[in-house]
Amino acid sequence: MTINGKDPVLVVVQLTGGNDFMNTIIPYNNPVYYDSRPTVVIPQDQVLPIDDDLAFNPNAAPLKEMYDAGKVAVVQGIGYANSSRSHFRAMDIWHTCEPVKVGTEGWLGRTIREIDPQKENVLTAVNIGRGLPRALSAPGVPVTSVGDLDNVGLMTSIEERERRDKALDMFKKMYAPAIGSGAVMEYLAQTGSDVYTGADVLKQAPAMYESDVEYADNSIAKSLKDVARTHMAGLGTRIFYTSHGGYDHHANELKSHPQLMRELSGAISDFFDDLRAHDAAEEVTMLVFTEFGRRMRDNGSGTDHGSGGGAFLIGERVNGGLYSEYPSLDPARWLNGEDLDWTYDFRGIYSTVLDQWLGLDPVPIVDGQFEQLKPFARG
Amino acid sequence: MAKSDLALMAHLLRRAGFGATRDEIEEYAEKGYEDVVEDLVNPERCPPLDEDIISRYYDGENHVIWTSTWMYRMIVTRRPLVEKMALFWHHVFATGAGKVEHGPSMINQIQMFRKHGFGDFRTLLVELSRDPAMIFWLDNNENRLGEPNENYGRELLELFSMGAGNYSEDDIKNASRAFTGWTFTQPIPLYPQGHHPSEFVFKPQEHDYGPKTFLGESGNFDGEDIIDIIVRQEATARFIARHLYNFYVADEPQVPAWPIEPPQDQEAIDAIVQTYFDTGGDMRAIMRMILLSDFFKEARFKKVKSPTELVTGVLKLGGSITAPQPGIGRYQAATGLMGQQLLNPPTVEGWHTGREWIDGGTLNERINFAVEHIGDAEKPGVQEIIRRLGGNGDGGSARLSPEDFTERCLTLAGPLDVGEQTRQTLLDYARSGGTLDLSAPEERGKSVPRVVHMLQMIVSSKEYQFA
Repeated sequence: MTINGKDPVLVVVQLTGGNDFMNTIIPYNNPVYYDSRPTVVIPQDQVLPIDDDLAFNPNAAPLKEMYDAGKVAVVQGIGYANSSRSHFRAMDIWHTCEPVKVGTEGWLGRTIREIDPQKENVLTAVNIGRGLPRALSAPGVPVTSVGDLDNVGLMTSIEERERRDKALDMFKKMYAPAIGSGAVMEYLAQTGSDVYTGADVLKQAPAMYESDVEYADNSIAKSLKDVARTHMAGLGTRIFYTSHGGYDHHANELKSHPQLMRELSGAISDFFDDLRAHDAAEEVTMLVFTEFGRRMRDNGSGTDHGSGGGAFLIGERVNGGLYSEYPSLDPARWLNGEDLDWTYDFRGIYSTVLDQWLGLDPVPIVDGQFEQLKPFARG
Repeated sequence: MAKSDLALMAHLLRRAGFGATRDEIEEYAEKGYEDVVEDLVNPERCPPLDEDIISRYYDGENHVIWTSTWMYRMIVTRRPLVEKMALFWHHVFATGAGKVEHGPSMINQIQMFRKHGFGDFRTLLVELSRDPAMIFWLDNNENRLGEPNENYGRELLELFSMGAGNYSEDDIKNASRAFTGWTFTQPIPLYPQGHHPSEFVFKPQEHDYGPKTFLGESGNFDGEDIIDIIVRQEATARFIARHLYNFYVADEPQVPAWPIEPPQDQEAIDAIVQTYFDTGGDMRAIMRMILLSDFFKEARFKKVKSPTELVTGVLKLGGSITAPQPGIGRYQAATGLMGQQLLNPPTVEGWHTGREWIDGGTLNERINFAVEHIGDAEKPGVQEIIRRLGGNGDGGSARLSPEDFTERCLTLAGPLDVGEQTRQTLLDYARSGGTLDLSAPEERGKSVPRVVHMLQMIVSSKEYQFA
């Protein structure tokens, strides 16, 4: 499966902390919304209407523009049964596709294994961020993590160029494969070599990049710019992952959430502008998700952990619009008497992307058959 | 001092503690291995931490502060096995702040591990079952007469005592019924009173007083009766023995594989089990037995350091943390990036250990952290290594051959055993600069950066990832 001769690429953006879906895609004509949110509310006259029922948050104007251009699929009411309110557990469920038992393998880890079974490219998957999200983790699957593309890789604290080159050269020798040193030592050597190789290739990307697009100065803009630079360097990366933190709005939500909406939607818009200007947008689809939505009722300052979130699929090949169903606001149908319920299993959106975008069999990756959407344009 | 004594002492302090400065290793080695073990398992012999200073500097109630405080304790304590044992039980009885969301109760749980982690296993299990953070974590507050919630009952058997395959689903149901009504007081609201821990409470009206059958025994059991039966089981002794072996001795496969894969050292497990039954599950006696055993002494570098061990070990080597100081929060953030956010294990199964600590992202974090921290020649620990390299007995000399330079650094930063590949790389580096001359200020100016570079490469090595 290729797009204009290029391999399809998936960019996953994680909104960490539990985005308030109801204040992102707002049921602006529903009195229950205003009754439930006496404080943490977006005034009706400020929203950016999609139709008579729903509207974008006014701070997400760039995303709304992309929606109007038909590039954004809004996946409503995404979730799963017995939604966890623990950030950690909920994120784990999203990462491992395992809502009941405890999973250890990440869904993207399995995906990478399918895409690159011989581990030919340590850059098949690139995480822009530090550490490694569990979604990308699977035994024997190399993933390159990049904290900062302008200072990529190992021993970044050594400022003096010559000394760092020396250190990296020594590192390479110390981690060269050593057969017979024991399974764990060999694994360490392999992992270290992969980290070295990945960083060594990636450090070329910034020099190859030139663009008129000026990204804003915030973390998600910087991360997506790093995704763009890596993608355009043509290093064979098929899966990108990055996170945007700060969505855990227990307090002062009206101050912080708009800021995040502006940052996120601005960054996404700049990212796709950048790709388009370089003829590198068609082959990219972005999935934006969060671990859960918030409580129906606000707490006077923010909102507590809830369920019934939302996700976005964004890209040139996406058929924009509203998908699945907005959870009912009828108080009689609130989950646990206080939450938006879920209407669509999150494994369905993974299956959709795996099957229809990456051309992989989703069943073994998400562990089952789940209802898919049809968000991709034919072409 | 024989080099082998120092290496063994360093091993003991990495495992039963969080590493040690060179001075500490020598001081302990002077005392003798068996006496040091006795001090470790009898912490009251050594001075306690100054709790006033800790509470003055680390008061507050967010996750960063709780975990920073704990890491500070690990680094400066003179009773390292208390903190290591608390970390061990935190691995086994993994409770996550992400769900509990109540700092004081989480902190109290760790304090409970400090207090009871060295006692008999029965008392520990009773305290665990009464622990508010645990009760909330595994929903025992929803475990009531007529509507039992089996979450705690199941994990008590599967993860906290016997291990899967040693009991039936009916045993889980009956155990769960025995813990009905074991719940906690609603915590006092944060505002305006401030944080207070929740407390255990037994609600007789929610307790199921009916007859129960558990592991073949019948009676009107309550939770303590169930624990009495659990601690008598050989499966319990074997399961805890394997946990101890995995944490203190050498990496085993992950817990879910235990029913299938036999332990790598059956004799060691048998010996721990024997001590368990000989002493009524006395953890102090069991730890003494393990630390004095040959299988322990022979297990040097057979464990991948956990992120907590790696970070605290590097910090001890750097020697700069001796009192509370600002910015310490970044060290607990570092362990998080390496895959171990303290007080927030990913699941009730705890962290996966051994080689599963290592992936591309976490290895990168481990190396960058160690290299940055050791890259500062002004750090007291680095200064001390330079001082010792430069003479004052101790095998050092103002002028060191490349071979001596390499070997001395490996000894002073460990002692660390390295493979041929690593040794040769370090040696090539040492040779490229010729003799290391620390005799006069001008020469020192050139030599100190070489020592720093050497130390940075040592803490970047594969071998340094092992405890």
